[in-house]
Amino acid sequence: MPVAPEQNDSFAAYAHPDRLVSTGWLAEHLGDPGLVVLESDEDVLLYESGHIPGSVKLDWHTELNDSVTRDYVDGAGFAALMSAKGISRTDTVVIYGDKSNWWAAYALWVLTLFGHEDVRLLDGGRAAWQAEGRELTRDTTPVTPSDYPVVERDDTRIRAYQDEVRSALGTVPLIDVRSTVEYTGERTHMPDYPEEGALRGGHIPTAASVPWARAAAEDGRFKGRAELAAIYHDEAGLTPEGEVIAYCRIGERSSHTWFVLTHLLGHTSVKNYDGSWTEWGNAVRVPIATGTEPGTV
Amino acid sequence: MTDVAALPPRLAEIVEDFAALEGRDKLALLLELSDELPDLPAGVDAADMEQVPECQTPLFVTVDASDPAAVRLHFQAPPEAPTTRGFAAILHQGLDGESAETVLAVPEDFAAGLGLADTVSPLRLRGLSAMLTRIKRQLRTG
Repeated sequence: MPVAPEQNDSFAAYAHPDRLVSTGWLAEHLGDPGLVVLESDEDVLLYESGHIPGSVKLDWHTELNDSVTRDYVDGAGFAALMSAKGISRTDTVVIYGDKSNWWAAYALWVLTLFGHEDVRLLDGGRAAWQAEGRELTRDTTPVTPSDYPVVERDDTRIRAYQDEVRSALGTVPLIDVRSTVEYTGERTHMPDYPEEGALRGGHIPTAASVPWARAAAEDGRFKGRAELAAIYHDEAGLTPEGEVIAYCRIGERSSHTWFVLTHLLGHTSVKNYDGSWTEWGNAVRVPIATGTEPGTV
Repeated sequence: MTDVAALPPRLAEIVEDFAALEGRDKLALLLELSDELPDLPAGVDAADMEQVPECQTPLFVTVDASDPAAVRLHFQAPPEAPTTRGFAAILHQGLDGESAETVLAVPEDFAAGLGLADTVSPLRLRGLSAMLTRIKRQLRTG
């Protein structure tokens, strides 16, 4: 059974305030029946180095991705994974992680592909928990395997493929959430991530540059709704009812933006192009724009 | 696959330790090594060290080859990057104090022998190879 959403004034303005929990709320609810806390990090060893008591590790690389095809696990694989984590279909799942919740947002997005209903982010992620001096432990969390049903992944609503992005050029707005140097084409990879590079630099023509980090406040928590609306609506020209496709390098930073648009600003038709620049920038004969202007089709 | 016997003895031992473990135990060993990575000695400043951009988190490495018969390796990586610290510790424990010649002879692909690809992922493992490459380059350019 799900756990009742947090009632928190600082979340109240968001479109779906039930998608966030605060560190204080989580500390009070650890161990509640029906609540599973997942840590999803970029660093594969960070969970082992100390995690929120009772939390379970979920690794994006070795667990959410298929080990052969560049894709996510299928329905059976997901069911086995959730069962092994002790998650039931109706459980409340709260996810937190490093890097301002990139991988937590990515995991949340993947859980959404499988229609897991109640999945929330810890606002501020692991860094906020740690900054407040809250407990981390190296104790192994005992897990009682559950019996998660096999549900097929639905890629039609919130996931975009390369061919869909191509046919959307000029009609559906795109936002590129990478850093400015990646957008302009000055770099073919993120400053610290050369191994996830691409043969060509630049961006998908027409895409507006809105680096993901603009949604985060100094302390790593999400900015307030009015500030977010100023960035995504007033500046980038998006509308809550309109379609939009977000991309980055491998789809993790754009999951963060997908979460902001969908759950904090209430957009109804946001897709994440997880192939992102590591697909587009390596593909043959796709259009590319360089420089600071979005460019045309 | 790298011939373990061809590695310097302490590095060979680490590779064998990893190879003998499975999944979660491999991570436990990597965490143990990560915990053991020493702080920078007095007089060595991260500002003077080379950053390894192939690692996903800030890692600084410097090689002191003033005595070519016993080169000293210094690493610095933050606690929120335990994987990177673990990789650095493998090289520190395995190679610190070896001769320049011995370090330069370590095969580029020695990390494959750790058997970490399934638990850590090949992508992340590249950070370890990159560290070795940087160390060798520093030794060559002195």
